[in-house]
Amino acid sequence: MIRSLIYSITFHSILVLLTILSLPFMLREPIDLPPIVSVELIQISDKTSIPYAPKARKIIEETKKKEERLVSEQAPPAAKAKEKPDRIPLPNEKKEEKQIIKKKQNPEEIKPQIRQASEFEKKEIVDTNQIAALIDKAKEEEAVKQKKSDKVTQSSKKNSFATGLTLSQEDALRAQIFGCWSVPLGLPYDEDLLVRIKLKLKKDGTILKSEILDHQRMNKPGQKFYKVLAESALRAVRLCQPLKVPPTGYDKWKELQLNFNPTEMLKG
Amino acid sequence: MKKLILIFLLNIFIINKSLALIEIDITRGNLDPLPIAISPLHVDIKSESYDGIKIKELGENISKIIENNFRSTGLFNPLKKEAFVQKPDIAHLKPRFEDWRLIKAQALVTGKLLVKDDKLKVEFRLWDLAAAKEMTALAFTTTPSNWRRVAHIISDKIYERLTGEEGYFDTRIIYVAESGPKNQRVKKLAIMDQDGSNTKYLTLGNELVLTPRFNPTNQMVTYMSYFRNMPRVYLLDIETGTQEVVGNFPGMTFAPRFSPDGKKIVMSFAKDGNSDIYTMDLDSRVVERITDHSSIDTSPSFSPDGKFIAFNSDRSGLQQIYVMRSDGSGVKRITFGNGIYGTPVWSPRGDLIAFTKMRKGKFYIGVMRVDGSGERLLTENFYQEAPSWSPNGRVLVFYRETKSGSQGEGFSAKLWSIDITGYNERRLRTETDASDPSWSSLLSK
Repeated sequence: MIRSLIYSITFHSILVLLTILSLPFMLREPIDLPPIVSVELIQISDKTSIPYAPKARKIIEETKKKEERLVSEQAPPAAKAKEKPDRIPLPNEKKEEKQIIKKKQNPEEIKPQIRQASEFEKKEIVDTNQIAALIDKAKEEEAVKQKKSDKVTQSSKKNSFATGLTLSQEDALRAQIFGCWSVPLGLPYDEDLLVRIKLKLKKDGTILKSEILDHQRMNKPGQKFYKVLAESALRAVRLCQPLKVPPTGYDKWKELQLNFNPTEMLKG
Repeated sequence: MKKLILIFLLNIFIINKSLALIEIDITRGNLDPLPIAISPLHVDIKSESYDGIKIKELGENISKIIENNFRSTGLFNPLKKEAFVQKPDIAHLKPRFEDWRLIKAQALVTGKLLVKDDKLKVEFRLWDLAAAKEMTALAFTTTPSNWRRVAHIISDKIYERLTGEEGYFDTRIIYVAESGPKNQRVKKLAIMDQDGSNTKYLTLGNELVLTPRFNPTNQMVTYMSYFRNMPRVYLLDIETGTQEVVGNFPGMTFAPRFSPDGKKIVMSFAKDGNSDIYTMDLDSRVVERITDHSSIDTSPSFSPDGKFIAFNSDRSGLQQIYVMRSDGSGVKRITFGNGIYGTPVWSPRGDLIAFTKMRKGKFYIGVMRVDGSGERLLTENFYQEAPSWSPNGRVLVFYRETKSGSQGEGFSAKLWSIDITGYNERRLRTETDASDPSWSSLLSK
C-alpha cells in the first residue's frame, strides 16, 4: 500500500513537473502565430517570384508623383530623406515623425482632433495599399537584379511556420543573398554540392559568427569544388551584411542556417 | 507507467524540435562573372637590367596577361586599373580590404618581381576580399625571357584556386596557318601560345598539311602531309625538327591521333575506296588493324583511359559516330539524330564527346555524353569543324570558314573558342588565316 502510494506520488510529481516545464513552450507558439498569418495574407499576392506587378506599379507611380509634388512645395524633414524607400516604418517611429512634423508646420498649437491634416501628413497615415506597394517596389528591384535566373523552387518554401519567419521575411532574406552570391560558374552540375552555413546574427543583421557545418570536407583531397562553393557562399554572406532581418523576433532568427545549392542553376 | 513517462519525454522532445534552427535554401545566385582586381606586380628597385626586356614595365605586362586570360574565360570580370585604390607594393604586403571592396572586387591579385643575376623571381598572392584573408601565395624563379609563361602559370594557379578545376593558360595551340587565294592556298604548320602570342611556323608551306595533333608531352606532333603528292601521316619532333613517315602503308593514311599514353598513333588507312582504322606502336612499329568493314571508318579518338575509341563511319548509310573497345570489339553506334555526324573527340575529363554535325546545309559544334545521350549543339554556322578540347575539358577550340564568291573572294578561315555551356564564344587571335587547331596539355605539368 505504502509502496504504491510512493509510486503514485513520485509519478504525479514528475507529471506536474513535466507539465510546468513543457507548458511555456507550448504557449509560446500560439501567441505568436496570429499576427504571422495575417501578415502573410497580404504578402502572398506580392510574391517575389513575379518579376513585377502591374497594379503595384501604378500605385508606385502615383506615390512617386505625389512625392515630386511635395518636394516642389516644401522640403521634407531630413529624417524623412534618409529613410530607405523599401523599409516599412514601425508604428513607434511614425508617431515620432508626426510630432516633429507637427512642430515644424504648425508653430501655433492646434488641437489634434480638429486640426486638418496637411498633405504631407496624409502621406504618413498608414495606408495598407501603400505599404504593399512599397514592399512590391522593393521586390521589383530584387526581381530586376535576378532576372537572369527566375526560378523559385517549391522546396525552398518549406516550414516557415515551424521556423517562425513569415514567407515574406524569408523571401526578403533569400532575395538579398541571391543578389550577393556570385555562383562559381565552373562547378560541375552532376556532383552533390550542398554547403550549409550556420550564422549567428546581431540584432541589426550583421554577422557575429559564420560557420560551415561540414567544414572538415573543405580540406579533404578531391573536394576542391566543395571548397570553392563554400568560400563563395561565405563571401556572399559577408558581402550581404547587414542582412535584411525582421525588426522583431530576434530570438527566432538570431541563429540561421543557409543551405547553398547551385545544382539547379548549373544544370540550367 | 514507464510508457507514460516515455510519452511525456517524447512530448518535450517534439516541442523542442519545433523551435529548431531556421533553415533557408539558397538555390539562386548572381551569374555575372566574378569581379576580380589584378594589381600590377611591383618591380623591386634592386632589379637589374636584362637584354631585350623592359624591366620597369614587366610588372604591368605580367598583370595584363593575367587580366586577358581571365577575361577570356567568361567566368571573371577583371576590374579597370584606374579604379585601384592602393599602390602595388603596399597592397602586396597587406591590402586595405575595405577599400578594395568599395570598387566591388571580390578577389585581389598582388605580386612583386625581382630581376637579379639573370634570374627572374616572381611572387604573387591571391586575396579573398570578403573574408579579408590570403587564399594562396606562390613564388617562381626562372630566366627573365620566360616572363610570359610565368604570367600564364600564375593565371592557372589563381584559376584553379577560384574555380576548383585545372587552368588551361600555360598551353599552346598547334594549327594550320593558311595564306593566299582559295584555290592556291599555302598551308603551314604553326604553333602559338594559347593567347595568340609567340607564333612559330614549323613547316615551309611547300606541301599541303592537315590535322596536326599533340602527343601527351607536347613534344611530338602527328599530322597529315601531301609531301611528294603522297598523302601520309607524319611524326614531327618540335624541338629537333626531325620528321618521319608513320608506318609503311601502301596507300593514303590520314586523321592521326596519339593514344593517351603517347605510345601509339591511331589513324585511318584508305585503299580502293575503303578506309579502316589502324594503330601503330611507336616503339615496336607494329601495325594493328582495328576495324574491318566495307564502309568508310575514320576520325578515331581514344578515350582518356585508353580503353575505348570513338570514330565515325557511314556503315549505316549516313555518317554517324560509333564507339568501340580499343581492340576493335564491341562496336556501338551512339548518334541517331537527324543529320551527319563527324570528328568525334573524347574530352580529357572523359565524360563528353565533342563532334561536328551537318544538317540542312548548316554546321554545328556540339557535345554529348559518351553513350550518345544529352546532345547539346553549342554553335551554328555556315561552315565550321574540328573541335579540340582545352586540357581541363571546359573549352573547345575549332575553326570556321566564311562563304566565298565563285572566284574564292571573301574567303577566310579563323579559329574560335566556345565554352561547353554554349556561352563565351570568342575568336582567337592568329597572325594568318587558320584551321585545324589542336590544344596541348598543360606545359608546366
